[in-house]
Amino acid sequence: MAQSGVSPYENRFLAWINHAGDVVFFALEISRNLGKGIRSRSMVPLIFQIGVRSLGVILFTGAFIGMVLAIQAQMQLAAYGISTRLGQMVNLSVVRELGPVLAAVMLAGRVGGAIAAELATMRMSEQVDALECMGVDPIAHLVAPRFWACLLLVPTMTVFANFMGMLGGWFVATELYFVEPYHYWYHARANTTWWDHLMGLSKAFFFGGAIGLFACHRGMTAFGGAQGVGRSATSAFVACFIAIMVLDFFLGLMFSRLTPFIAPVARGGL
Amino acid sequence: MTLESDPDLPVVGEGGHIPSTLGAQPLLEMRSVSMRFGQTGVLRDISLGIAAGSSVAIIGESGCGKSVFLKLLIGLLTPSSGSVHFGGTSLAEMRASDLMRLRMRFGYLFQSGALFDSLSVFENIAFGLRQKNKGKEREIDEIVRERLTEVGLPLTALHRMPSELSGGQRKRVGLARALAMNPEIMLYDEPTTGLDPIMSDIINELILRVGESHPGMTSLVITHEMKTVFRVADRVIMLQPLALVPPGEAQVLFDGTVGALRLSPDPRVQEFIRGDASRRIQSASERDALIHTPLDMPPGGLHP
Repeated sequence: MAQSGVSPYENRFLAWINHAGDVVFFALEISRNLGKGIRSRSMVPLIFQIGVRSLGVILFTGAFIGMVLAIQAQMQLAAYGISTRLGQMVNLSVVRELGPVLAAVMLAGRVGGAIAAELATMRMSEQVDALECMGVDPIAHLVAPRFWACLLLVPTMTVFANFMGMLGGWFVATELYFVEPYHYWYHARANTTWWDHLMGLSKAFFFGGAIGLFACHRGMTAFGGAQGVGRSATSAFVACFIAIMVLDFFLGLMFSRLTPFIAPVARGGL
Repeated sequence: MTLESDPDLPVVGEGGHIPSTLGAQPLLEMRSVSMRFGQTGVLRDISLGIAAGSSVAIIGESGCGKSVFLKLLIGLLTPSSGSVHFGGTSLAEMRASDLMRLRMRFGYLFQSGALFDSLSVFENIAFGLRQKNKGKEREIDEIVRERLTEVGLPLTALHRMPSELSGGQRKRVGLARALAMNPEIMLYDEPTTGLDPIMSDIINELILRVGESHPGMTSLVITHEMKTVFRVADRVIMLQPLALVPPGEAQVLFDGTVGALRLSPDPRVQEFIRGDASRRIQSASERDALIHTPLDMPPGGLHP
């Protein structure tokens, strides 16, 4: 309901500002407890849950992205008679962009929603209150370890996605389009530098932070019973997805500005 | 086996017990406390004190703010206005770390037990002790077994998960978990709600026994059930839902001894004691009030 003298649009804008401020304060709370989070006993189970259990789906997605990319790229490159450069095309796309983004999106769906739902359930069933009553800070005990797990495991999963993407591209290029494996790997290696890997993994690191932040925030601020748990899981995924896309744009822009300065060094002065 | 109280926090007497007198100050105090969730008011201008060592029951209809009252006392919620004091110190003025340590002096039995569902019964009871490094693993093991026995559960329950327990067993484990920290103040949030009469009686007996075996412990029990009130309390505070409070009247409808409660001339108190809603049902104007609670609740219930 609009307050007197304030239009519904202004009200919505104020609510949005309020929400953004809430997320910023939540992020500050997490940053204050990062030291406790990394030492938490729950880190190992979380790494298993977020990392090991997500590995299958990451490997599967990575392989198919590489294969699809090879098909699409081959159509373009064949027109210029340079199908031998498929390795370069697939590897650069996967390492710089698709690997981190897809690994992050998969984890946002699989892990972000699960984290939000778990924390929301704990909030509804007063388990979070019970923690506080025992003098335990729920941010340090519940949120910080999950944030760390996302922060560390999205880049790790990205490495696996990249690896499978390269293999998927290699499989399609050599088996379907009869590109010589030597040419595929030669161009892949010659044109992919440490800077490309660093760009991709840096993005993954930021994506992991965004997943940890939004998933935990949605879970810890959930209300409204079972419906609230479902709502928090859905809104966590949406928020994580939007954050990944927005971060990808700005990080991409930033890296593209830095590349002219760093790429000559990274490419051995070429 | 006893656990030491925190020496840095105020009002600890000798032997780990809170002294029964704190000058003129009550142990816990609310000063003009009001609480709103968005547009919905729950508590308005509540001022009262709880003496150390007393056993207080807080009663009232659903939605009158009993659980909110308890969460305000322990600092889980912050009042919209007014202040909550522990031993004369305002909770709002305490540093977060001090408030955390203060909470460890409370035991809280939640409505649902609020057991950590990823931990076994043993781990649930040991949780607070481990987090605060209260003793070595062997001592913790001993405390856990003692507390489980105290609440009348067999030691075979130690390695069961909360999902394998009945409602009554969950509450008993919740009580054992609260007692493991050797609290000075016990807060019970509807300890018998949802239990059959036999199990309710067992829980009431446990609350009584806890009071007897921990002399000096202050207890606050939120309940709808008069049997619980008459068994465990020496003072009763009755709240009325804010929507039903007549203009100019306080939200605290009754504050006195159990004996005085039985003799209260207020028909609303007597109706609540007897569980008799016939006057309301017959009265057209009050029939609207009868269903006030769900309509006044914000979507999704009350939340900060």
